[in-house]
Amino acid sequence: MTASDRGAQRWASHRVSQVQEIICISVALKRQCADLARVEAAETLYSGWLETMESSSHDIILVGGGGAGLRAAIAAAEVNPNLSIAVVSKVYPMRSHTVSAEGGAAGVAKPDDSLDEHAYDTISGGDWLSDQDAVEAFVKEAPQELLQLERWGCPWNREPDGHIAVRAFGGMKKRRTWFAADKTGFHMLHTLFQTTLKYRPITRYDEWFITKLLVDDGRVQGVVAIELMSGKIQAILAKAVILCTGGCGRVFPFTTNANIKNGDGMALAYRAGAPLKDMEFMQYHPTGLPFTGILITEAARAEGGYMLNKDGYRYLQDYNLGTPEPKPVLRSMELGPRDRLSQAFVKEEQKGRTIPTPYGSVVHLDLRHLGERLINARLPFVRELCLKYQNIDPVHELVPVRPVVHYMMGGVSTDIDGATPLAGLLAAGEAACVSINGANRLGSNSLPECLVFGARAGRAAAAFASEQKPGNGTVLAQALDEQRRLESQFLRKAGGRERVSTIRTEMQTAVEKSAGIYREEAVLSEATAKLRELQQRFEDINLDDHSRTFNTELESALELGFMLDVAESIVRCALQRKESRGAHQRTDYPVRDDDKLLAHSLVYRTSSGSSRVEYLPVKITRWPPGERVYGQSQEPGQSLKATRTQ
Amino acid sequence: MADKIVLEIARYSPEQDYEPHFENFEVPVYKEWVVLDALNHVKDMVDGTLTYRWSCRMGICGSCGMMINGEPKLACATFLSSYARNGNKIRVEPLRYFPVVRDLVTELSDFLVKLKKVKPWLVRKEEPPLAQGEFLQTPEQVDRYKQFSMCINCTLCYAACPVVGLDPVFVGPAAIALAQRYNMDSRDQGAEERTAVLAHPDGIWGCTFVGECTRVCPKHVDPAGAIQQYKIAAVLDWLKSFVMPRGRETQNARSESGND
Repeated sequence: MTASDRGAQRWASHRVSQVQEIICISVALKRQCADLARVEAAETLYSGWLETMESSSHDIILVGGGGAGLRAAIAAAEVNPNLSIAVVSKVYPMRSHTVSAEGGAAGVAKPDDSLDEHAYDTISGGDWLSDQDAVEAFVKEAPQELLQLERWGCPWNREPDGHIAVRAFGGMKKRRTWFAADKTGFHMLHTLFQTTLKYRPITRYDEWFITKLLVDDGRVQGVVAIELMSGKIQAILAKAVILCTGGCGRVFPFTTNANIKNGDGMALAYRAGAPLKDMEFMQYHPTGLPFTGILITEAARAEGGYMLNKDGYRYLQDYNLGTPEPKPVLRSMELGPRDRLSQAFVKEEQKGRTIPTPYGSVVHLDLRHLGERLINARLPFVRELCLKYQNIDPVHELVPVRPVVHYMMGGVSTDIDGATPLAGLLAAGEAACVSINGANRLGSNSLPECLVFGARAGRAAAAFASEQKPGNGTVLAQALDEQRRLESQFLRKAGGRERVSTIRTEMQTAVEKSAGIYREEAVLSEATAKLRELQQRFEDINLDDHSRTFNTELESALELGFMLDVAESIVRCALQRKESRGAHQRTDYPVRDDDKLLAHSLVYRTSSGSSRVEYLPVKITRWPPGERVYGQSQEPGQSLKATRTQ
Repeated sequence: MADKIVLEIARYSPEQDYEPHFENFEVPVYKEWVVLDALNHVKDMVDGTLTYRWSCRMGICGSCGMMINGEPKLACATFLSSYARNGNKIRVEPLRYFPVVRDLVTELSDFLVKLKKVKPWLVRKEEPPLAQGEFLQTPEQVDRYKQFSMCINCTLCYAACPVVGLDPVFVGPAAIALAQRYNMDSRDQGAEERTAVLAHPDGIWGCTFVGECTRVCPKHVDPAGAIQQYKIAAVLDWLKSFVMPRGRETQNARSESGND
């Protein structure tokens, strides 16, 4: 060791002891102040001490640790094991909402099926708003991705001979949905999470909440995040950022979506200048339990469940969805697409043929004829959820259900590799809109979408990051600004008058009323004004909680801020699209208009904070727009053979 | 007008408190409300500082585990009405045996370390190309490990386990069940690697078979069963090593036999 080395070491240890001393003093001061219950004074001292900001640096940041995020992380690690990859998530990855997906994951697997048929079902199901090049890539890669998951240990249901089993699903002409009982998302997520544990390049930031993207020199160079445990605000720098934050169902009051589904990634991108695509297309799932909004999977209908109105009549036959058969028929009746089934419910309600309850009117899902054995083997979670949350046993009783907000077809606009128009920013999964789902997603397409486009985004980000020089560091100044904003707007603000829950409830009510299953101009305009009012009132927010440790009220406020932006984009796009297509039904424009609107909406945030909508033509490759036909009139119905696997 | 019930909630904020204390909140009892709804009611309407984790509200994400009247439970799956009859309070506390971060939020990082320790992924000696298709696995072979794959990592079993309380380094029920999930999977070849962690005083031999973990598991994973299964397997392997010094290879052959 040279003298200068020794000197450096002494200096370093001196610095360490100095820092320790400062920490001790600070902690002691804080405790004294706390003793005197002068918490605010403690806060001032504490944050004064923290005038500068910590930062860390990686090659790639995944925002979100669900199906898309974890798949992207593995893909990037496999492209280049020398990359440093950070998964930053506001929850532990196994809490991500992928965990709630039930029914299955579509991918052509059997000899009677073909990629073209899966593509056609997806495109017609999406009312021709899907980009067909993206759909073609999707159907081709989905089976490989599902197989890859099998290789990582996913407990897929099997045929007696040991091969993968597939089940029927709504809007699909062939049986091609892989499943792990009715906990498919749970098993996929845990398989992915457990598999990521063996990849050294992947670092996790569990329970870190991202508040802002750092953009400079025309590209994204990192994020600002709060570590919930400590309240520390930190810059995390990277050459590429992939948004995998899932959907935004909590913008509505009645949703299957978990509490964490607030459109965080969509708002982060939107605020950074990237456009959101097709935000008016919000899917209602036809079978949610009243009050809780808990999803009863479409697999319940694929296994043979009936939808009955208050007279016990299979009402879907009145809505151009085919004629009732005892056994399920593909692309017919209960196996029609979700948008059409949810719309049928509203019509049925208008005819007075639904059943009123304190939590809105319902129809019935009848599974009784399937028998206890099949329900236990194929739909155990459905039975568990009905018993635990509705106090009903579907083996013997009818299940009350109503349409419930389930899935955002729109999202951050990306190309086929997950790239957004903003350099260094990518997105995948429900947070993104590639678009394969068009105006209405088919059940069991979203899980493979997370895998296919998660993997594509991961590989693209790895390639991009490998070529980029590190950022110029000037974004750290922006990060400090963001820290000051968080302090002044929330943590150290006194005297606000608005509660988070009040604004949230008013927002949800306004969005449901205007952008529900059916929409019209006057109500949408009214909601636009209401949302503007709520944006202003949000500035006057008051938090009860000013502490640093695990401040969930601060988190809720930041999520509400994100949701207000997302809500505006939904209502704005819905107002502007003057036609009816898939999940976007305008009573004042009831017909699809391919001449003018065979196009994606792209909504940008303007410098004044409002929004601007442009249109981008849909990519058509081989399937020109046609009529969506369901029921047996399309072609001889293919009755499902009641094969029993497991 | 709905009936009322009092929630007696453990509060602790490290920035203000030296130790936890209880605070009472009166909440309405609706037939449909679970304890989580009541907590949300308090947070939204009464006291925004109340701190707890939750997400899916359907018993699958594993976030909202807490002690409810002394029992480890998921708050989203515990109805208020089941307590209202006594006309009593409902006591809500953070999960036992975990360090408390704040109010009902516990520190989970130690659990995550234990989870990773047991190598909860499919270990393969060789990986055939994807083009060769799936590993075959009959429904009966799936059934052998399926139950152990149902763990949602809610950690209720740790809060129920007296051994965890006495010995914090004990790997614990969920992690052992997860190890056994992979050991029993016909596609896996990693049982031997996991033995190093499991056949250790802090692994399966730490368990005194109280069985509380299985009793409180909201997903019927039966960690106690997994541990006993593993103990028997470990003893058999140990005995085999006397009878047949090449017993280890036999074990490898066994785990490979179900594949491809």
